[in-house]
Amino acid sequence: MSHPATDLLPSATPVRYLAEDGTTVDGPAGYTQPSVEELREAHRRMVVGRRFDAQATALTKQGRLAVYPSSRGQEACQIAAAMVLRRDDWLFPTYRDSMAMVSRGMDPVEVLTLLRGDAHCGYDPNAARVAPQCTPLSTQTLHATGLAYAMRRKGTDDAVLALIGDGATSEGDFHEALNFAAVFEAPVVFLVQNNGYAISVPLEKQSAAPSLAYKGVGYGVRSEQVDGNDPVAMLAVLHKAFEHARAGKPFLIEAHTYRIEAHTNADDATRYRDSDEVDRWLDADPLARLEKHLRSIGALTDEDVAAAQAEGEQLAADLRSRMNAEPHLDPMTLFDHVYARPTTQLVEQRDLLATELKAQEG
Amino acid sequence: MAATTMAQALNRALRDAMTADERVLVFGEDVGQLGGVFRITDGLTRDFGEQRCFDTPLAEAGIVGFALGMAMGGFKPVVEMQFDAFAYPAFEQITSHVAKMRNRTRGHLTVPMVIRVPFAGGIGGVEHHCDSSEAYYVHTPGLKVVTPATVNDAYTLLREAIDDPDPVIFMEPKKLYWSKEDIELRHLDEPLGHAAIRRHGKDATLIAYGPSVPVALQAAAAAAEEGIDLEVIDLRSLVPFDDDTVMRSVRRTGRCVVVQEASGFAGFGAEIVARIQERCFHSLAAPVIRVSGFDIPYPAPMLEHAHLPSVDRVLDAVDRLQFTDEPDHRYLTGAHS
Ligand SMILES: Cc1ncc(C[n+]2csc(CCOP(=O)(O)OP(=O)(O)O)c2C)c(N)n1
Repeated sequence: MSHPATDLLPSATPVRYLAEDGTTVDGPAGYTQPSVEELREAHRRMVVGRRFDAQATALTKQGRLAVYPSSRGQEACQIAAAMVLRRDDWLFPTYRDSMAMVSRGMDPVEVLTLLRGDAHCGYDPNAARVAPQCTPLSTQTLHATGLAYAMRRKGTDDAVLALIGDGATSEGDFHEALNFAAVFEAPVVFLVQNNGYAISVPLEKQSAAPSLAYKGVGYGVRSEQVDGNDPVAMLAVLHKAFEHARAGKPFLIEAHTYRIEAHTNADDATRYRDSDEVDRWLDADPLARLEKHLRSIGALTDEDVAAAQAEGEQLAADLRSRMNAEPHLDPMTLFDHVYARPTTQLVEQRDLLATELKAQEG
Repeated sequence: MAATTMAQALNRALRDAMTADERVLVFGEDVGQLGGVFRITDGLTRDFGEQRCFDTPLAEAGIVGFALGMAMGGFKPVVEMQFDAFAYPAFEQITSHVAKMRNRTRGHLTVPMVIRVPFAGGIGGVEHHCDSSEAYYVHTPGLKVVTPATVNDAYTLLREAIDDPDPVIFMEPKKLYWSKEDIELRHLDEPLGHAAIRRHGKDATLIAYGPSVPVALQAAAAAAEEGIDLEVIDLRSLVPFDDDTVMRSVRRTGRCVVVQEASGFAGFGAEIVARIQERCFHSLAAPVIRVSGFDIPYPAPMLEHAHLPSVDRVLDAVDRLQFTDEPDHRYLTGAHS
């Protein structure tokens, strides 16, 4: 084997450079620290991302979204994911990763089209370099691996980021993807956002591994665990992982974080966790942590914070008004894009629907 | 000219497609050095290199999901599932992703690829090596499903499947791998979706596909000796389904038997019968009859002959078309009592 196993092993404890109170701590060597400029940018994006998330949650209450899985509390993961990607890299998000997509620069309305329910994917994946948000758990990790390999075969040094939850690491596809990625030397980074629960099932009922990052080792994939609420550590580890991936070695990261809201707006989280636990994690808030740190080193002013908040308000207001407009839906499009050319059977069915619609009008 | 087997024709199709288009890649389990357990990929690694034909880890979902990613990246994967009953781990990738990507993304992302599945029985394979899984795939919108019955179709349908803009499940009838024809392989270069009339006749229509086509042709030859003139249609493509050729024939003959190896209950034959009675009811002089395998898990090899539709079973069905209304439950399939 090309790696001694010890090279693959994650650190014994999650990589961390910022304590919960925003003071710096001694993290492991070997990771390049993000610049202050980068951290200021991360702060801005986290403020805007959190506002987006809150607005999307509000839209479910107004019946404008069918469902929304919040990623509040996971901002450090979501924003770092968006920030390490270059323009031509690909992102493979799940239903929970809307914040990362918006932070990648996508139109929030297009991002939320899936959850509003007017189309399965509201954007052009090729243009955005973002795969459709994936609902069947962990299946996208294989697509990410295949595409990463295709990109390497074409001779680019672009890479792919696959996002996945802790529960989904139990699915077979995740394991097949790690194995394929290692065997084919695919430039792909797997980022597991371990937010403690798969709907209601806590991690200890999901996996007996000391860290989900250990799951990479058996496949020959270098792995690391990181404090997922520490934006500095997230950026440092993701940068290293991408460097690794661009050189043809996949990388697995487990980010320890927490889902502050319920699984989705339709879930009742009080049935499976108590409020003390949530309160403890609120104290570990990634945004507050970064803000304290940046203020303590004199890199963030009240004006900076106000500007980021104003940007978030602007995005939220714009999103609200655009989501208030009813989408224009044409049932005849049901028959589009099933095949490159519709079969005769589909043409017949399309004619039937056209007749029905005409009768309803008349 | 030396006779060509179906296995050789498939190999030629892969070779010619790989030569014609650099983006075509062949991968799966044991397809490299070994050339596949049925030798369909024989010599491809030697002649095209490991970049074009390669072995993967042993994981069917992995193979199909990885292929989908490669198709997103502009390659044209042609993957092999080693046996029909071992393709099931890939089922989720096929139904949830391969079939739906075009539709989910409103045409922005397409994943043209071919999934080759050696299928059906008659080769004396032990458990899990023979299954007729076509109904699972034809029921999934977004997939095309084709199956050759002749050596030339093995060649031309595979070429067309590789050229097709949509994902294609390519069902290879195992028992016909070693069937031979003395022919020059021709690429017809027509879109998938056309049935072929293998034998013209006026008294009744036999509809078959894949491994059942030779059975139907033998039955027609035997019937001819008794003065019954049967038309035999080889569907070639299950999806898209060629309503036109089927309905024209049945309207002309007024009688029809559908033959499939798969279990009858809710099988593909049921779809054909339903379509015929919806469209040709007034032309029918007898109920359309299905001849199929029984509704049992695929039997042990020494018993498969009793399960698979035989020439005699087809001929008995043809007799039943002649034309009484008396019920005969012997060959009605699909009754779970
Ligand atoms: C294959 C599959 N099984 C079940 C589900 C239903 N489901 C949706 S989300 C979820 C929990 C996933 O938890 P996790 O991977 O930890 O991600 P999180 O939602 O916490 O981000 C389940 C079981 C699904 N989407 N896909």
